[in-house]
Amino acid sequence: MEPHIQVRDLNVYYEKIHALKDIDLEIPRHQITVIMGPSGCGKTTLLKSLNRFLELNESTRMSGNILIDGEDIYALGVDVTEVRKKAGLLAQHPFPLPMSIYDNVAYGLRIHGMCPNGRSVDAKVQHYLLEAGLWEEVKDRLHFPATGLSVGQQQRLCLARGLAIEPEILLGDEPTSALDPISAQHIENRLMDLKNEYTIILVTHILRQAKRLADYVVFMYLGKVIESGLPGEIFDNPQEERTLAYLEGQF
Amino acid sequence: MKARRVLQPIWFSSVLLPFLNRRVKDRFVGGAFFLITILPFAILLVVIVSLILRTQPILSAHSIGELLTGQKWYPLKGQFGFFPFIAGTFWVTFMALILAVPPCLLSAIYLSEYCRPRISAVAKPLLDLLAGIPSVVYGVWGMVAIVPLVQVFSSHVNKWLGFIPLFSKNNPTGYSILSGGIVLAVMITPFIIAVTCEVLRTVPDGTRLASLALGATKWQTIKYVVLPQTRSGIFAGVVFGASRALGETMAVLMVVGNVAKVPSSIFDPAYPLPALIANNYGEMMSIPLYDAALLGAALVLLIIVLFFNLISTIALRHIIGRSKI
Amino acid sequence: MKKSQIEEGIVKGFMLLSFSLVVCSLGFILVTVIVKGLPALNLDMLIQTPKGGYYLGKEGGILNAIVGSLYLAGGATLLALVFSLPIALFLKTYSRRKWWADYVRLSLDILWGIPSIVYGAFGFTLMLALGLRASLLGGIIVLALLELPIMTRGMDEVIRRMPIDMEEAAYALGATRFETAMHVVLRQMLPGIVTAILLAFGRGIGDAASVLFTAGYTDRIPNSLLRPVASLPLAVFFQLGTPFPEVQNRAYAAALVLTVIILVVSLGSRWLSARMGRYTIK
Repeated sequence: MEPHIQVRDLNVYYEKIHALKDIDLEIPRHQITVIMGPSGCGKTTLLKSLNRFLELNESTRMSGNILIDGEDIYALGVDVTEVRKKAGLLAQHPFPLPMSIYDNVAYGLRIHGMCPNGRSVDAKVQHYLLEAGLWEEVKDRLHFPATGLSVGQQQRLCLARGLAIEPEILLGDEPTSALDPISAQHIENRLMDLKNEYTIILVTHILRQAKRLADYVVFMYLGKVIESGLPGEIFDNPQEERTLAYLEGQF
Repeated sequence: MKARRVLQPIWFSSVLLPFLNRRVKDRFVGGAFFLITILPFAILLVVIVSLILRTQPILSAHSIGELLTGQKWYPLKGQFGFFPFIAGTFWVTFMALILAVPPCLLSAIYLSEYCRPRISAVAKPLLDLLAGIPSVVYGVWGMVAIVPLVQVFSSHVNKWLGFIPLFSKNNPTGYSILSGGIVLAVMITPFIIAVTCEVLRTVPDGTRLASLALGATKWQTIKYVVLPQTRSGIFAGVVFGASRALGETMAVLMVVGNVAKVPSSIFDPAYPLPALIANNYGEMMSIPLYDAALLGAALVLLIIVLFFNLISTIALRHIIGRSKI
Repeated sequence: MKKSQIEEGIVKGFMLLSFSLVVCSLGFILVTVIVKGLPALNLDMLIQTPKGGYYLGKEGGILNAIVGSLYLAGGATLLALVFSLPIALFLKTYSRRKWWADYVRLSLDILWGIPSIVYGAFGFTLMLALGLRASLLGGIIVLALLELPIMTRGMDEVIRRMPIDMEEAAYALGATRFETAMHVVLRQMLPGIVTAILLAFGRGIGDAASVLFTAGYTDRIPNSLLRPVASLPLAVFFQLGTPFPEVQNRAYAAALVLTVIILVVSLGSRWLSARMGRYTIK
């Protein structure tokens, strides 16, 4: 199967820090790819390069290519908002937008002009809240401010908000790290359900979570991809010493 | 027993005394410092009370309503109507806000959301400089540069829009509300920009990123996410700017014409309260009740400014955690 | 191009326009003052006091106003410093009751918002009560009132930013609050304190409305605190009021001198705080 995302020879510098070094990576379609490694290894930077968040920081320079469906997202003339529409992000902390629960989900639809008439907005909001497993909890207070939700609910709201713009890819930057165990499990279950329709890339430093969710594993260390492959190979039979050391908890 | 008596002074002087000294000094200084912190309250109280006391003579001769709504100002005849001056104060301030607020908000958004850090690093000292230019220098600029421009501009506007009372020209010079408003607008610009930048900074970056991650453009993010959340703070910043503008004296005095009549057009001259006080202090003691009337004007001005200042200060305290910019 | 991108471009254009408008007005002011003031400025202006017939356009200079302004603002800054430093240090090290510190800050903010003309009017009533005439002393007192909140809040803002760990380190060594204030807070925050002092000095030297009532105006350089004193802002104001072009030109020159002093103070404070910042822990 053709990979969904191809990263070719990617190098990223913050000021003088060489954050990502010669990354070459192929990410399979409709699977959960887990990027793991000790903190500071460049996992989040790699994730941010996929939705062009790196360019928000003035001092960042990069070289190399990232191809989604064979098209370079950094090519001249590519609309950055289209790239971000294609790759939804689930951040470490949920940041609900300062509006109602309903409007949070409808926001993306509106800015992309995806709902010409009002009625289909209602339907879509319901659909994606259902998909994120939040509908039952919020259906009676859709027009209340989103900040009134618990952190776990907020993260699911962020998931619904991200799904509503119909992305092909979901980027998760340790999306469960700020959550209580039950909410975390909620999110994990959602991700498992969603992987048939979306290419999911998950950054995590929790080994167990990686083992639970991964269809494909990337291990990073000090800005480099050390090893990548199927979970069976990486977890049970790592080829690299550093991967083994990490798996044994030495970092 | 004997040994203890011998030991005691040594123990006292070498151990306890220096210790006590430091402790006593600390307590003493703490008390003194505490007393000094009462000073700001005391100043505030004394300013207000002394102005009220000094205004008493005129309050016993005229009622407050008569003074505030009276249109006639003939000190020699004993007529003291503050209304033209209060109206002039608000006209000029309002003019300044209309001119200053849109560019200030856009500049603030540009500086805090768009521009490179290098540009905002240059902008800050420039704005500080703008805030530091003395009032009389603004006045000189207004007289030399703005008043002639307004004079020419007003004749042209009068030709086309003169039928609208707001734009009619009954005043051959450029000394007008518009001139005063322009000068004041520039003077309050650094304050409004600084407050607005602070207010915008209260929106967490994560919220902005959440919107950008959905594929919103920067402006969409600002329009739908950042601005709705900061509306009240920005409003407080504008009120803060108004409170600075209301009390501004010299610069306005030099360009606004100083005619004690209620204005009806932006090309009319006005006579704001601070100008009234500054222009006439010399004769204050030579006309009966005049001193009470002018200090009464100062009191009215103080009350107006305090009202605006208190609202914005308290609101900004809640929003950005501090109020001094 | 999409609609959202076009909108983005238009708004961004307006932002750039607004920001350049702000920067240009600063440039416009400075250029106006320089163009008008420079031709009228000469050495005599700076080193002579007004001679007979000066206000008709004859010989003399504005040394009285330059020195007077320095006396006024210098004296007021010293007087304000005596009170503002203890207040700022108290708010950091002594005040255990947060509400009291909050009220002190609120009262300072309100004082900061009082227009200088009101300070002037108040100063006038104060002087009537004390039986003072318009004098250097009166001007200094009123300017000090004006500068006190600016200086104190300026210091307070920088002192507040000092990390609590540093203060606690001093307490851990057994220092009293007073010793902590003098040896740790003061030293660490010196650059910011100096900036606040110079900021207040700049405000003081540029203010006209408050000294109008209280300091008077004279052609002489005062030799006593009880004599009236001239000041640069009033020199500008009064000379502009005369009908003689030569005298008006001198007003422009005086405005230029005042602007240069403000510029020097503001640049100086930046330079000083950068230089002194080397001795503090970042």
